[in-house]
Amino acid sequence: MSTLIKHETLGEMLNSSSKGFEKARAEGKEAFENQGFPTNKSEEYKFTAISKKLEQSIQNYALAESFEVTAEDVKSNLFEGYTGDVLVFTNGHFQPNLSSAIAGIEVSLLSEKSDTPVGSIAKPAKDPFCALNQAAFTDGIFISVPKKAVVEKPILLLNFNKAINGQVIQPRVWIEAGDFAEVTFINHTVNLSDVTYFSNKVTEIKGGVNSQIRFYKLQNEGKNVIEVSNTETDIHKDGRFSSVTISLSGEMVRNNLSINILGSNSEGNMYGLYLLNGKSHVDNHTNVDHTVPHAESNELYKGILADHSRGVFNGKIFVRQDAQKTNAFQQNNNILLSEDAVVNTKPQLEIWADDVKCSHGCTTGQLDEEALFYLQARGIAKDQAKGLLLYAFAGEVLEHIRDESFRKYCTDLVQDRLGSKF
Amino acid sequence: MLSIKNLHASIEGTPILRGINLEVKAGEVHAIMGPNGSGKSTLASVLAGREEYEVTEGEVIFKGIDLLELSPEVRAREGVFLAFQYPVEIPGVSSTNFLRTAVNQVREYRGLEPLDAVKFLTLMKEKMKLVEIDQKLLSRSLNEGFSGGEKKRNEIFQMAMLDPTLSILDETDSGLDIDALRIVSNGVNQLKSDKNATIVVTHYQRLLDYIVPDFVHVLYNGRIVKSGTKELAMELEEKGYDWIKEEVDSKATV
Repeated sequence: MSTLIKHETLGEMLNSSSKGFEKARAEGKEAFENQGFPTNKSEEYKFTAISKKLEQSIQNYALAESFEVTAEDVKSNLFEGYTGDVLVFTNGHFQPNLSSAIAGIEVSLLSEKSDTPVGSIAKPAKDPFCALNQAAFTDGIFISVPKKAVVEKPILLLNFNKAINGQVIQPRVWIEAGDFAEVTFINHTVNLSDVTYFSNKVTEIKGGVNSQIRFYKLQNEGKNVIEVSNTETDIHKDGRFSSVTISLSGEMVRNNLSINILGSNSEGNMYGLYLLNGKSHVDNHTNVDHTVPHAESNELYKGILADHSRGVFNGKIFVRQDAQKTNAFQQNNNILLSEDAVVNTKPQLEIWADDVKCSHGCTTGQLDEEALFYLQARGIAKDQAKGLLLYAFAGEVLEHIRDESFRKYCTDLVQDRLGSKF
Repeated sequence: MLSIKNLHASIEGTPILRGINLEVKAGEVHAIMGPNGSGKSTLASVLAGREEYEVTEGEVIFKGIDLLELSPEVRAREGVFLAFQYPVEIPGVSSTNFLRTAVNQVREYRGLEPLDAVKFLTLMKEKMKLVEIDQKLLSRSLNEGFSGGEKKRNEIFQMAMLDPTLSILDETDSGLDIDALRIVSNGVNQLKSDKNATIVVTHYQRLLDYIVPDFVHVLYNGRIVKSGTKELAMELEEKGYDWIKEEVDSKATV
């Protein structure tokens, strides 16, 4: 076990009496104590030395408290042309008075829904940070979309973070979509501080029969953020879950995204783009578990890395013996723009069924010189030609964002970066 | 317009061009022929500014400017156009956006107002007729999934849009069926004027039935070993390249 576990403020945080969920918290604490922070020998955190990073940066394992933001702050941080609903959080604490009342959807503090089976989807034994969150989460939110409800406009989970140096933000989100429900979530975090803090978030999503859930996330909190995010989804018969994860900055970011395919004829899609510069480090660990026949999963992650940035991709696909007729596809492509940028990519397919279609591929390379020359030979300046090619590369992920205002917001950020920085 | 003197170029230390001399005047069509590996495509690439090739000796003066000093994009803006032997497929870059960016950067360099969307579309429609290219093709990603013939037609279409002074067609005929060849040649012929010039690089004489050259040069081992008129091309068609090789090789041994 790592020495970090002995950090006295960590002990205090683990023992602090938070609201409700005593049993779940105790389980989380136990699971965390069993696992400890990952050491450099940990296979799962081999390329992401997060414990070391935390040791250097987190002096005080205390949950950052809620703070005040105004309706004006909320408004000024919405995407241009955004027409959907907004749920506001400060340091992970839900702010009902600044949030939309969304017709037909139940939204409450997690502490008010004490029978929510937290930890039943994202199991604490699987990951130490998931366990740490379960042991000591800042309240959280419970969102339930009833059966057959079709929520046309997206729901924005707008997080404002302003932690004092070295503090911890541990939000917890529980989402359930009833049978035949359709809903889209956008996760966006605005960082109001310029000091290092640690965000350790867990999101559990339960999709009903034939439900359609879209889950988008933008990570652009700047270079001082250490973030671990565990997102896990159960999808059932005829259901569909699609996620898009866009990572543009972060000192060290680790995303664990898992889809459990529990019903046939369902579909899980995971798309990701990491566009990194400086010393940013972004690690995407994904996991699709096919347990039943006739389901499909698609995965496309793309990375553009400049300067000293580092990207990690690990894509696990399990196809259990019963999961015949599974179609599972995975692709990870990277472009390195600097000699000092590094990508570690690893597809990991474990297939027990014998009648399946599975494919995976990963590429890491430089910008296509032939394509660059072709554009230049038509009179386009080299820098602009590079930008065009890189944007085209990134566009394949961005096009999976359905909400126009959010897609445009992300596209502008990406184009700005590609035009100016690269 | 173009004056190439004693041009030597190599790739990764291997010399390919070993002293090319060529004068091209406005209004002329020059055909560069030669067996495979003689340096034809290298010459085209060096003129367009492909970076892999290192010019070790000689000069290329285009409209009084030292062409070799310029980046590929500035050469294009000055009026050099290379129709690629293998046009590149670029997924995610729409043909139309690409062309508009290119046309406007070229126009800006030439001191012309950028074209707005309407004017650009009008110009595009006019030039599309030239090579009978379908608008549907241009709404797709650049060259992605285009057939061989469509790619070559798209090259000539781009040439029409960019209005070059010197067009270099690198094996534009290879792999084309006779209909596509007619369409492509017809486009090139319509773009010809007394102010611009064309260099046609080809292995086969067939293309020269459609794009009639004023001069034919035979490239072998990195040098122009024979020059003539279109009759030379007919002779090559009839007799192949061996007699030229023999002629050159025997001279070399003397």
